[in-house]
Amino acid sequence: MTYIPHSPQERDAMLAAIGLKNLAELFKDVPEKHRFPALRLPPALTEMEAAIELGELSLGNENVRTDLVCFLGAGAYNHYIPAAVDHILQRSEFYTAYTPYQPEISQGTLQAIFEYQSLIAALTGMEVSNASHYDGATAVTEAINMAYAQFHGKRTKIVLSPAVHPQYRAVLRTYTQDLRLTIAGDLPSPDLAFAPQSLLPLLDENTALVIVQYPDFFGRIHDFTALIEAAHSRSALVCIAANPIALGLLKTPGEMGADIVAGEGQPLGIPLSYGGPYLGFFATRKQYIHKMAGRLVGETMDNRSQRAYVLTLTAREQHIKRERATSNICTNQGLMALAAAVYLSLLGKSGLRQVAELCYHKAHYAAEKLGRIKGYSLCFDAPFFHEFALCCPKPVAEINAHLLEHGFLGGYDLGQDYPGLKNYMLLAVTEMNSKDEIDALAEILEEVAYV
Amino acid sequence: MSESSIMKIVEPNIYELSSAGRTGITFPLPDVPRTEFPASLLRADLPLPELAEVDVIRHYIKLSKFNYSLDDGFYPLGSCTMKYNPKINEDTARLPGFACTHPLQPVESVQGNLALMYQLQEWLKEISGFKAVSLQPAAGAHGELTGVLIMRAYHAIRGDTKRNKMLIPDSAHGTNPASSSMSGLEVLQVPSDLRGNVDLNALRAICDETVVGLMLTNPNTLGLFDEHIEDIIQAVHACGGLVYGDGANLNALLGIVRPGDLGFDLMHFNLHKTFSTPHGGGGPGSGPVGVSEKLADFLPAPIIGIIEESHSEHPPLLGFITPEKTIGRVKAFHGHFGMLVRAYTYIAMHGADGLRQIAEYAVLNANYIKARLKGIFTVPFDRICMHEFVAEGQWADAPGIRALDVAKRLMDYDFHPPTNYFPLIVHEALMIEPTETENKGTLDAFSDALVKIAEEASSRPELLKEAPHKTPFGRMDEVKAARELVLCCWLPEDFEQKG
Repeated sequence: MTYIPHSPQERDAMLAAIGLKNLAELFKDVPEKHRFPALRLPPALTEMEAAIELGELSLGNENVRTDLVCFLGAGAYNHYIPAAVDHILQRSEFYTAYTPYQPEISQGTLQAIFEYQSLIAALTGMEVSNASHYDGATAVTEAINMAYAQFHGKRTKIVLSPAVHPQYRAVLRTYTQDLRLTIAGDLPSPDLAFAPQSLLPLLDENTALVIVQYPDFFGRIHDFTALIEAAHSRSALVCIAANPIALGLLKTPGEMGADIVAGEGQPLGIPLSYGGPYLGFFATRKQYIHKMAGRLVGETMDNRSQRAYVLTLTAREQHIKRERATSNICTNQGLMALAAAVYLSLLGKSGLRQVAELCYHKAHYAAEKLGRIKGYSLCFDAPFFHEFALCCPKPVAEINAHLLEHGFLGGYDLGQDYPGLKNYMLLAVTEMNSKDEIDALAEILEEVAYV
Repeated sequence: MSESSIMKIVEPNIYELSSAGRTGITFPLPDVPRTEFPASLLRADLPLPELAEVDVIRHYIKLSKFNYSLDDGFYPLGSCTMKYNPKINEDTARLPGFACTHPLQPVESVQGNLALMYQLQEWLKEISGFKAVSLQPAAGAHGELTGVLIMRAYHAIRGDTKRNKMLIPDSAHGTNPASSSMSGLEVLQVPSDLRGNVDLNALRAICDETVVGLMLTNPNTLGLFDEHIEDIIQAVHACGGLVYGDGANLNALLGIVRPGDLGFDLMHFNLHKTFSTPHGGGGPGSGPVGVSEKLADFLPAPIIGIIEESHSEHPPLLGFITPEKTIGRVKAFHGHFGMLVRAYTYIAMHGADGLRQIAEYAVLNANYIKARLKGIFTVPFDRICMHEFVAEGQWADAPGIRALDVAKRLMDYDFHPPTNYFPLIVHEALMIEPTETENKGTLDAFSDALVKIAEEASSRPELLKEAPHKTPFGRMDEVKAARELVLCCWLPEDFEQKG
C-alpha cells in the first residue's frame, strides 16, 4: 500500500503538462545500466497486515510493562509517564512540523522549546540551555567541542572520570579520535573507589575540560565543589553529566560551580523504547553561549507588538557557518524536548520532588535488604540516589539469567566495562518498583546464591 | 524593560501560568520505610512551575495551534522531504512490546526488536546497494560524521596518513563541511558547472593524494541528477579518495538507481525524510549509514547480526556484533529504535513496486510544479529535475522583492513556504520539494498562489513586504532576539519574588 494520491488520469494530465509520455522518461539522466534495479523485498503489506506483523514482532520481546519487573537502569530508567505527555506528543501540529525556520507559523514549537530551555536551566541551576542533542552521550561529547573552542584549541587535555557512563566515554573517544586531544583519568584507580579526588592530580594548565557524572555511573552522589574549584584555579571548565530526576532532590551542579551540565533526559517522560529516541540536554553559563553547539530559542517581538520566539544566534550553526560552525548538529530531538517540557510542567515543584524521593527511599530500602542477604554486600558506602552496586557471590550474567526466568530484569553487569568489578551488579530502583517486588527480588537473589 | 512591557502576550509561558500550591499529578506514598537524606547534598529550592493537568493541557494545545504542520497542509520544504507521515507508524512504534523494552536487556528477551533491526539493515542494504548498514546514527548530520570517521579510519589503517582534505561541492548542505571539520579535516569547495553538475574539470584538478574523499549529494540540492556521476566517482577513486553520498535526497532514487551500484562507497539514510518518520518539529531523526564491502569492518559498533546459528527448532539467535576495525560507538545504545520501527512499517507496506512509485511520483510532482511556473519564475539550470527544483524569488520589474517576501506571502495562501536562500549558488533561492504524497489539486493551488504572488510582486509589492498578514504572528524582530538574548522565561530573582 502506498500513500500516493494520484489517479491515472491525473498522472497522465501531469505528464502531458511536462511534455513527457511516461514516468520512465523522467529518469533519463540516470545511467541506463543501473536504472530501475529489481529490489528483492517482501511483497507489500496492507495496513492491516502490517499492524499484525508488527504486533507479532513486538510480542517477540519481554517488556517491562507486562512481562518483567525492571531493576535495570545504567543510563535508561523505567519511570511512570503521565498520560498527558503522550497526548500532547500525538498532536500532529507538533510531530508533523519541521524545524521552526519560519517563526510566524511555528510559534507552538518555538515557545515550547523556550519553555524547555527554561525548565532545564531551572533544574540544573544553570543560566541557559540549548534546544537539545541526540542523547546523553552526544550531549556530553559536545561539551568537549565547546571547551576546545573556548580555548581556541590551545588546551588539549580532557580529564575524564572513569565513573562516567562507559558508553558516553566510548562515544566521546569516537568523536575525538582524529583531533589532537588527550583524554586522561579514564582508568579506574587501583582501589576501585573511582573517587573524584583521584582526578585532582591530573589537572594542569593544559586541561580544557573535566567531565564527571552526578550521580556517578555507580549511583553515588559526590559534592564536586572542591574539584570544580581546583579546576577553575587552572581556568579549566567542568562538565557534570547529571541525572535529571536526581536533580529534583539534590544540590544542583550550578550550586557546585559547574560550567556545563549535560545529560540524558530520557527519565523526563520519554519511554525506554529500546534505547531511543531519547533526549540530550545541555546547559551552561551565559558567557559561553557563543561557543555552544545546537539550536537556541530566544524571545523577541513580532511586527504586531506580540511577544514571540525565534531561533537565535544561528551564526554558530552549520547552515550559516558551514565548516566554521560550532558543531554539525542540525536535526535534534525537538519532540523529545517537548515531552520533557510537558513532563516537568505537569510534575512541577512538588511532583518531581515526590518522584525523586520515592526513588531514593525505595532504592535505600532495596540496598538495605539486598545487602543483608548472605553472600551479597553493598560494594560502596558512599551516599547514593536510586542506583547502587551489589557485590554478588556469582557472575552477574548467571544471576540475571535466573532472574529472567522468574520475570525479573536484573541489574547491569559492571564487570563488562570494569574488569576489576567482576560480580558487581548495578541495580536501579524507581517509583515504579513496589516493596513487594523488592522483597521478591531479595528472595530470588538469596535462592540463586545457593543454586 | 519598557519595550517589553508594551508587548502583547498571546499565550503566557508555563511560569506565568504557575500558581503556588497547584499540582498536575500526585504519586503514591512510599510503601517502604523512609531513609534520611544526606542534608549537605540537597538542593535549596526546586524552581519548577506549579500547574494543574488541565492548565498544562490547555497551554500546550494552544501552542500547538500556532504551528503549521504537514497535517495542516502542503509543506514543500526543499531538501527536507516533508511527505505525509502515516498514522500506523505512530501506533506500531508505541506498541508496549517495543516501547517498554530496556536497551540493556539480555538479547534473549528482545529477539523481536533485534529481528526488526536486522531485517531493516537487510532492506536498507537492498534498497541502496551497499554491503553493510549500521542503524546507530541519530540523524543525517550524525550519519555524516560517522561516515567521515569511517573514511579517515580506512585511510589511516592503510598507512595513508597524508590525506587531510574533504572535497565538497558548492551546492552541498552546510552539515557536510561542518561534519568534516569536526573531524579535523580541511574543506575544499568544488564549483558547479553551467548545467548544475559538479564541474568535472575542476574536480579532476584538485583530486590528489591528500584527498580523503568527496561528499556528494545526488540528486544535488538543485534537484538535478548529476549527468557525469560515474565520471565523478571514478575521478575521486582514481586519486585514492572515497565517495560519500549524502542521502538527504534518496527519495528520488528509490527503485530508480542504487547508490552502491553507481560506485558510492558509503552513504547515510535519513529515515525521517525518505522513510516517513515524522520530523517532530526538529527531530528526532534517524541517520543509518550504509557502506561498501571494503568499509564494512569500520562501521560503528554494535551492529545487529546472528550470534548463534539456528538448531533443531530454535531460530537463529540475534545479537550485537562489533565490526573488526570499528570506529567505535557514535551514540549510547542502539540508535533511534522508535524511528526504526516506523521506517520498518513503511518499507514493509510499500514493497519494491511501492518504493519505485514513491520516487516516480515525487519526481513527477516536482516537474509538474516547475512546468506550471515556467515563464513566471526563473529556474536556473532548467532541465528535467528530480524530486525538487530551485526557482529564483526575484523579478526585474519588482525591485526590492526578495525570496523571503515570496516565502512569507505564501503563508497568507495557507501554504508552508519552500526552503529559501539555499542552495547558496542560486540568487534568492526558493527550493521546492512537493514529495509524492500531494495530489494534483494541491499542486495546482500552490502553483496558482505562486503565480498570483509573482503578479503581486510588481503590482502590490507592499503586500509581500509586510506579509504574512493572515497568520497568528507577523514578521519577527530577529535583531532584538540576538541583541537581548532572553533565552529563558525564568530568572532566579523573578522566581524569588513570586515564590
